[in-house]
Amino acid sequence: MTLHRLIFVALLGVFLAPAIPADLHLALHGEPKTLDPWLAADESADAIAYLTEGVLIRVNRYTQQMEPELAASWKTSPDGKRIVFQLRQGVKFPDGSPFTSEDVVRSFERMLDPALHSPTADTFKTEHGAVKVHAEGTYSVIADFPAPTASIERLFDQVAIVSAKAAQRPAPGLGPFVIDERRPGVSIRLRRNPLYWKSSLPRVDGVVFDIEQNRDLEYLRFRRGELDLIEKLSPELFDRLAKEMPGAAIDAGPTLDSEFLWFNESQRGDIPDAKREWFQSAAFRRAISLAINRADLSRVVYRGHASPAAGLESPANKLWFNTALKPDPFDPAAATNELSRDGFRLDKGVLRDRHGNPVEFSIITNAGSKTREQMATMIQQDLGKVGVKVTIVTLDFPSLIERISRNMNYEACLLGLTNVDADPSEMMNVLLSSASNHPWNPSQKTPATPWEAEIDRLMLAQAATAGYHARKTSFDRVQEILHQQEPVIYLLHPNALVAVSPRLAGAKPAVFLPHTFWNAEELTIAPGRQGGAQ
Amino acid sequence: MKAARIGAILLLALVAAGALMPERWAAGRYDQQFRELPDAPPSAQFPLGTDAVGRDRLSRLLYGTRVSLLLAPAAALLSCLAAGLLGGIAGYAGGFTDRAIVSAADFFLSVPWLLLLLIVRACLPLDVSPAASVAITFALLGLMGWAAPARIVRAAVASLMDSEFVLMARARGYSSWRVLLRQLLPNVTPVLLAQFWIAVPAYILTETTLGMLGLGVAEPLPSWGGLLRELEGVSPLDQPYLLAPAILLAAVVGSLQLILPREDYPV
Repeated sequence: MTLHRLIFVALLGVFLAPAIPADLHLALHGEPKTLDPWLAADESADAIAYLTEGVLIRVNRYTQQMEPELAASWKTSPDGKRIVFQLRQGVKFPDGSPFTSEDVVRSFERMLDPALHSPTADTFKTEHGAVKVHAEGTYSVIADFPAPTASIERLFDQVAIVSAKAAQRPAPGLGPFVIDERRPGVSIRLRRNPLYWKSSLPRVDGVVFDIEQNRDLEYLRFRRGELDLIEKLSPELFDRLAKEMPGAAIDAGPTLDSEFLWFNESQRGDIPDAKREWFQSAAFRRAISLAINRADLSRVVYRGHASPAAGLESPANKLWFNTALKPDPFDPAAATNELSRDGFRLDKGVLRDRHGNPVEFSIITNAGSKTREQMATMIQQDLGKVGVKVTIVTLDFPSLIERISRNMNYEACLLGLTNVDADPSEMMNVLLSSASNHPWNPSQKTPATPWEAEIDRLMLAQAATAGYHARKTSFDRVQEILHQQEPVIYLLHPNALVAVSPRLAGAKPAVFLPHTFWNAEELTIAPGRQGGAQ
Repeated sequence: MKAARIGAILLLALVAAGALMPERWAAGRYDQQFRELPDAPPSAQFPLGTDAVGRDRLSRLLYGTRVSLLLAPAAALLSCLAAGLLGGIAGYAGGFTDRAIVSAADFFLSVPWLLLLLIVRACLPLDVSPAASVAITFALLGLMGWAAPARIVRAAVASLMDSEFVLMARARGYSSWRVLLRQLLPNVTPVLLAQFWIAVPAYILTETTLGMLGLGVAEPLPSWGGLLRELEGVSPLDQPYLLAPAILLAAVVGSLQLILPREDYPV
């Protein structure tokens, strides 16, 4: 057989062979509680909605910039109360029906329906009322806000636009993929949306999410080449992967997430008066912050894959981080000085307050989190050096939430926060003194302290301002106050630790969620290359 | 069999001696953090290496052994005493009392103990010391573990009540107390002893389960359960020394089973 014939037979084989679907494989850590994009509130449901739904504006997870999606362009009014969208023309839903302004208007109407209880709808409701959306022609939509709203464009990244003609929800959306098959408790397969408006995308045939709660098994399956991506690796597994598959383990840098400790300053709950007095003292909180070795926490617990925190915002948030703030140094001597100025004294290795009470408190954290348990153990030892006795209590998550949000029966809590958006307005539900998630003293009728009143004022001001510089000034001051008062002792910003299979091309892990598959439509799977360990 | 028993007793004695004198073998206290050496492999200073925050694993293993070996028998004793009392009353009294106690035992057996332990732990005050928390955990295990042995004791007592020597004693007009103390108790004691030896490894394993869930003994106090958590997500082939607590647990539980002289019991 000549060389030409050989080549011809080989090419014929390639063309005649049945196409093997090139699916992207990854794991979800739980069954999505809903496939309705407007009701998605868990990580798994968010992942499905992200890949199957279309939005007007998408925040690029890598550049943090807004990009036109179903809206070809938009214009915000100078007072920040109105935004006019020009919709992309020629876009079709998977059932072939055209995408028009009616779909956008109907989507907002349905999402804002109080009977639906959509968590996304809360973002569009203010004390002055909800956003009003109306069409102006087939391809133009106007959204009117009752009050000036900061960064209003970013809010539209969360709203799935669903077909007005769809008889029932969830209906196939305008995202790059549509749901192909769901096997409860086992997997969910998404297939390429054949009418996706970005022609020639997505490049993979589908995405298969296997339901896999056990992260160790997820790791082993990645190593065997059965999974292509891991969204979140523990520092331990990350280091292991870096040794076993160099190149597959990627540290994308500090995330917007933070790990922190706070004291219960609420008047509710069964806390002795003496302890409440300590917890309400800024000097006490500052001293505790100075006595904690953040560098050790990062190096030992996170194996260097975390950075000491100066405040609630991470340096990863390039737009809003106050660069003037630096993390508190580890300085037990300064901590002792701070405490002595506040009437505390060291007596045979035991710190006592001005009334002679020994300083001891308990820290609660969620059971099962190795990193938090290790952090608590190290904090216990650090604080022991300044005479403070700490008891660590690990609780199952529901019990922990019950204590920190309802009965307030706890003294200090070590927990973390996952930030999904970089905008300060996303922090309103944590920073406003009236907020139910205000960690140290939730649901206040009036601010308990002058500095909390100032934070309230600044946060409301920035939310009602359209200009970036004015908002940045307000938010910088908020960060400064939090740094001075330390109602929350911010400890670390963990890095985004992910795994990307060597057979994948186009992956650009980002610090925003989703870290790995935010650009799933652009990912390609190299033919003939096997993932996993060789 | 006798040689195996002697071997088991020797092993337990060795483990107990090690646990009672950890400072003779280990480099530091169980809570001392050598932060410059986290996750260190075995060395002359740390024969089992250090854990994630740089604590000497050998020291923690020896202290953990002390905790588990002291408190598991205490919890077993508690549950056996309760079982002896309630099972004995049920078997002796019969009738409504018997039905009530058996129903209570059935109820306790049907309760998911892990869930109950979680609930009770969540309701405990937060300022209890690690030592108190471990004592409370084992006390709960002991109090909740009375039902199964109580049913066995009850069956044994009910069977003894029909035996000829008890009938004879009653026919002679002996008081109830005399029948209980002289006729029943000596015959039920081996049953209770057997239950005790069965309960000890069961409680060690229960604490291990709680420790694996992060709900066992509070930090920094070590226990076998807490130490076994280090095996999560780790290949034992890469770090075989991490298997030390598992091997010790298997050896101790196996030894306890060997010591148990099952064939000696007449009931």
